Amino acid sequence: MGVEFIYPEFEVIRNTNRCITCRVCERQCANEVHIYDDENKVMLADESKCVNCQRCVSLCPTRALKIVKSDCRLRENANWTDGTIKEIYKQANSGGVLLSSMGNPNSFPVYWDKILINASQVTNPSIDPLREPMETKVFLGKKPSFIERDKKGNLKNNLTPQIELSMPVMFSAMSYGSISYNAHKSLAMAAENLGICYNTGEGGLHEDFYVYGKNTIVQVASGRFGVHEKYLNAGCAIEIKMGQGAKPGIGGHLPGTKIVGDVSRTRMIPEGTDAISPAPHHDIYSIEDLRQLVYSLKEATNYKKPIIVKVAAVHNIAAIASGIARSGADIIAIDGFRGGTGAAPTRIRDNVGIPIELALAACDKRLRDEGIRNNVSLVIGGSIRSSSDVVKAVALGADACYVATAALLALGCHLCRTCQTGKCNWGIATQNPELVKRLNPEIGSKRLINLMTAWKHEIKELMGGMGINSIETLRGNRLMLRGIGINEKELEILGISHAGE
Amino acid sequence: MLKEGQIRIPSGCAISAVISKEGKRMSGEKIIESMKPMHDRSNGLGGGFAAYGIYPEYRQQYALHVFCNDKICKDECEKFLKESFEVVKSEYIPTRKIPEITDEPIIRRYFVSPLSSVLSSMQLDEKEYVVRIVTKINTEMKGVYVFSCGKNMGAFKAVGFPEDVGRFYKLEEYEGYCWTAHGRYPTNTPGWWGGAHPFALLDYTIVHNGEISSYDANRRFIEMFGYKCNLQTDTEVITYIADYLLRRQGLTLNETASVIAAPFWKTISNKPRAEREKLTYLRTVFSSLLVTGPFSIILGFEGGLMALNDRLKLRSMVVGEYEDKVYIASEEAAIRAMEPLAQNIYSPAGGEAVIIKVKDGDINGR
Repeated sequence: MGVEFIYPEFEVIRNTNRCITCRVCERQCANEVHIYDDENKVMLADESKCVNCQRCVSLCPTRALKIVKSDCRLRENANWTDGTIKEIYKQANSGGVLLSSMGNPNSFPVYWDKILINASQVTNPSIDPLREPMETKVFLGKKPSFIERDKKGNLKNNLTPQIELSMPVMFSAMSYGSISYNAHKSLAMAAENLGICYNTGEGGLHEDFYVYGKNTIVQVASGRFGVHEKYLNAGCAIEIKMGQGAKPGIGGHLPGTKIVGDVSRTRMIPEGTDAISPAPHHDIYSIEDLRQLVYSLKEATNYKKPIIVKVAAVHNIAAIASGIARSGADIIAIDGFRGGTGAAPTRIRDNVGIPIELALAACDKRLRDEGIRNNVSLVIGGSIRSSSDVVKAVALGADACYVATAALLALGCHLCRTCQTGKCNWGIATQNPELVKRLNPEIGSKRLINLMTAWKHEIKELMGGMGINSIETLRGNRLMLRGIGINEKELEILGISHAGE
Repeated sequence: MLKEGQIRIPSGCAISAVISKEGKRMSGEKIIESMKPMHDRSNGLGGGFAAYGIYPEYRQQYALHVFCNDKICKDECEKFLKESFEVVKSEYIPTRKIPEITDEPIIRRYFVSPLSSVLSSMQLDEKEYVVRIVTKINTEMKGVYVFSCGKNMGAFKAVGFPEDVGRFYKLEEYEGYCWTAHGRYPTNTPGWWGGAHPFALLDYTIVHNGEISSYDANRRFIEMFGYKCNLQTDTEVITYIADYLLRRQGLTLNETASVIAAPFWKTISNKPRAEREKLTYLRTVFSSLLVTGPFSIILGFEGGLMALNDRLKLRSMVVGEYEDKVYIASEEAAIRAMEPLAQNIYSPAGGEAVIIKVKDGDINGR
């Protein structure tokens, strides 16, 4: 207390007229905010532990609870904001690096919100997706430069392996360990039902989930956790994770407390040991090394799996993408600076990397300028929040989008941004069996299917409005976009005109 | 106002074509007639024709039709052509002064052959060389525009109604085995001659009615292969797609149609295995060359033509026959204007390619 004291960020407001002291809130809160006072027969709260995950609010049967931002503030200062000062106190207290979870929450520009979509009027017809076919299927992977014919003159199938998706969206990498068994199972079931893919992340693939292989992308990251021959051949593609948008330039750290039971076995490391992924791959110090890993993985899987190389969006991303497109990789995944994480140093999450919209536009253009856009597919992620974000991304040049935060929200995440504590009350970012079982994979997968089905409908409506009845002709169709309230340079990088032009 | 190439200008249109399967040559009179009943489909801001088999005496040379803004442009252009080709003949394209057509540029015609020594030193085939030179002129040479560059064929176009453009160019004096025509209804253009249609590259010409929604996706893809969409029109990009798929990739006409107006995935899934695999392959490999939005196009080429509608059939197009001739037009009235007795008039389904080829050996009217 005293100099170390930081006033709690939230207040627990309990309407005592409604509270029936059923103690649901107490049982549901892994942070132990709610306490039952046996003597006075009332519920009390220690709001200093509250992370505002809304679990108690959602489960209170009488709607007696709400969580509000505390109005006990320091003296206002536009330079030294409340948050900035409190971070200083925390570091002065602990001497440690600040940790955060989920994506960069700060007020940087969101270019998706500064881009508007076109629609047909008079000169060509809009198309009604309820009456006409509207196609969203995509194939990800390298496309051959030239056709070949057999002796009879028939076309030879010289296509390298592709990923087929029913819509241009996939669930992006979240490792088993960082999220729960039930969360992974929900994603896998939903991906299979939807005809899309989910991604194992860097923690290996639980043996129960091999059955979802054709809808699974297996990841190989710098820690190589859980990587073995059967694993590499289990999915429909392999992703080499070079970087992550939330923490470009650094590795990962899953604390030993989460390396328990199946997580330990799946990762192939002893229980209780920290799982530390190095910042770089120690066999990749340059682009030619990447090429060797790409081909090592292709050899290991007999050239049957497309290889994805995932990188964080950093300043010279276009040149990096060009290098990757010539490395033998089939797909490039780019993760923007808003991308989520189970845990990242706050300073890195909030200050490193660039917006995915700019990275995507720059990479798509660069690959076209070099005539190698067809060598690779482009998948982008790092805060795709809605179907209109997907449509804008595809029109800027993406083949498909990765979503993770939106998927977690569908599973119940309330974006309290404290995944790193492992006490996720929604059963997602935790390995505590009591908490994990709160997420029912049947319900979870159903909600994911609902979300993606809704997005697919909306994508079709937006496409139909533009007179486009196949997602292929939206890809890279930047004439369908206009900027609003952004400067010449931003328009130039995005490769779009301003609204009214 | 900005002209074609400085801004994207969509337009509605009328199209029409006639071809003799026997390779019999006919004058341009009938095709001009066909555009009259479709007068209201144009708005006087562009009309044009393509004719095949019209230059049998120069069939070995590429016939370049060129607009020049003034004499300086013309001299500069001729200097460059002499450096790039052997120029066999150089002349004005004959025109007729009529009140409906005004403000014409200098309209020249050159019959040229690439120099074989240049071709071998650049390791290019003849056609690719011609394409590069024409692209260079149209991209870099201000006030000069090559609007036709095939062998034994030519495009003729101007600002005006198509029937007037036909009279202006004295098309009744030419004889060809195949004619296509276009009347334009652009929604905003100052009226630039080069912006009229058909659009031509080598012996490929396209007349097109529609406004495609896939334009920028198609453009940004095709520009990877050295094409420059200088005019920013649908017709231009479709011509480049046809050239890329037919000449550079070596696809057949039917395969090309399956790329441009690809069948829906559901249709593909119901096909027999071999066909299904072929269509899936083409749609996957050339996915960026799918064209969506309304269009009816007639692709002319040496020895034939192909008519194609978008896969939803969002633009009208009918086909009819009489004796050795096949007629295609936006409206039946246009066909009747060419041949009142035309038979078997039908409306091809969306995405159904209508391909008509002249019997081998007959394309020069022998």
